[in-house]
Amino acid sequence: MSEILRVENLTHIYGIGTPFEKTAIDDVTISVEKGEFLGIIGHTGSGKSTLIQHLNGLLKPTSGKVFVAGKDIWQDPKEIRNACFKVGLVFQYPEYQLFEETVFKDIAFGPRNMGLSEDETESRVIEAVDFVGLSHDELKKSPFEISGGEKRRVAIAGIIAMRPDVLILDEPTAGLDPYGRDEILSHLIEYHESRGTTVMLVTHNMEDMARTVSRAIVINQAKVMMSGTPEQVFARADELFEVGLTVPQITRVFVELKNKGVDIGRPIYTVESAKEAILQRKGGGMGAS
Amino acid sequence: MAELIRLEDVFFYYHSPEGEEVKPAIDGVTLSIDEGEFVAILGHNGSGKSTLAKLLNGIILPSGGDVIVSGMNTKDQDKIYDIRRKVGMVFQNPDNQIVATVVEEDVAFALENLGMPSEEIREKVDEALEAVGMYEYRGHAPHLLSGGQKQRVAIAGVIAMKPTCIVLDEPTAMLDPKGRVDVMETIRNLNKEYGITIILITHHMEEAAEASRVIVMRRGRIEFDDTPEMVFSKPEEMDDAGLSVPQTVEILNEIKKAGFDMDIGALTVDECAERIKNFLEEK
Repeated sequence: MSEILRVENLTHIYGIGTPFEKTAIDDVTISVEKGEFLGIIGHTGSGKSTLIQHLNGLLKPTSGKVFVAGKDIWQDPKEIRNACFKVGLVFQYPEYQLFEETVFKDIAFGPRNMGLSEDETESRVIEAVDFVGLSHDELKKSPFEISGGEKRRVAIAGIIAMRPDVLILDEPTAGLDPYGRDEILSHLIEYHESRGTTVMLVTHNMEDMARTVSRAIVINQAKVMMSGTPEQVFARADELFEVGLTVPQITRVFVELKNKGVDIGRPIYTVESAKEAILQRKGGGMGAS
Repeated sequence: MAELIRLEDVFFYYHSPEGEEVKPAIDGVTLSIDEGEFVAILGHNGSGKSTLAKLLNGIILPSGGDVIVSGMNTKDQDKIYDIRRKVGMVFQNPDNQIVATVVEEDVAFALENLGMPSEEIREKVDEALEAVGMYEYRGHAPHLLSGGQKQRVAIAGVIAMKPTCIVLDEPTAMLDPKGRVDVMETIRNLNKEYGITIILITHHMEEAAEASRVIVMRRGRIEFDDTPEMVFSKPEEMDDAGLSVPQTVEILNEIKKAGFDMDIGALTVDECAERIKNFLEEK
């Protein structure tokens, strides 16, 4: 695999020279491979939002570099706009950013700004709404007459339509009901699999994290605290609790089970793996007796 | 216990831009909530739960039927301020609810508007901030607090009014795990220690599991109204209503579906671990 994104010794200090000077990101180095599905966890104020805003050039590093597909995005500051096309960032509560007259126009905004032809724009819009699972009937509607969950999908489609190399989503499921959460996550997983695009998911929901990502990065106090598979990260539950984070409820059940003297022998972080482990253990136990 | 809120065959219609009535957001709900209860309201987006919340203290008025708070009808304009002092509301986004530049001034805002003497305001504000565990932050600027802390300040602003009941509409949706735990602890404490009636609207099944009663809304109607143990023992029905159950119930249900005898209504991590332990140890 090849590296698509590299953050090198990145430091960001807000309000330099003022009494409110604050180091939000402190000498962080991260490498992301093409096609990874990466999760980012960290409590409010940990620096994770500051970090992701560097990846598409919204913020300029105080020091350090950001490389997208091997190219330093700040090498030519006039070209920084291109970073937004390569790295698509979906903000938290993106439905508040819709502004066009129709859903179609809203999704087409990005591709049009990239200077694509009308035909190409249209095919990108259709492709994007298919990815997020919206019906084509919605395209003619005003973005203000559809439901909250649909609005959010329109906002995500607007970014997907630019066909970014890296898609970053900040809390895409916040405030949605369980069905809406499943809907968005399953479309993301499908998008990731069929396009092979690199996806980064920022979330407070550990259950969502556990069932989607292949690697999780934990940000704490402006630094990378952990990086590993969900299994490796959630195995360090105590450290996560200490910094105000948590692990999936099912993981907590198995930590408790271990405290009660039943050690299943491996970290559990999804209901599916829990079921397997328990039934296996039960089966094995019965065979032995 | 005394009845605090009663809904009698309540309907509510939103209007389309053309002024036509669209399908009812609340479709014939009859409901009674007693003083001191901790009720969680669940339902998928669009099920009518936020509309229901807004009906409880007269932010919106029913299109049909009545909402009675301590004997007062929310349609009675003369009583609306008394009703709102009894039933306070906390919303999802703390940033939309904070008005002052200092924490204690924010909590005092409503009391000042009531023209209360300043010593009394001081006393009530301190008491409210202590109740939510934010007293040490009374001199801080709200915008420098974390989301969970801001939400607790917003709750303090409501309890300074000494309401009998607080309705919280997804108060933890925008918070990180620590903020969520702190706010839930505050809510529990207000219910247990201060006897305040809590009506909590949430998408988090783990939070609903802490209530003493769970109401599930679907298409503007009440689908279930029972203890959390009973409601969460129906994973299939909850799934149908666009909801889920806590992972503690989910795993026990998986074991049950694999053909074993299992009581699946475990709501705490400890309870669930205990049942798995027993299951694994029985021959």
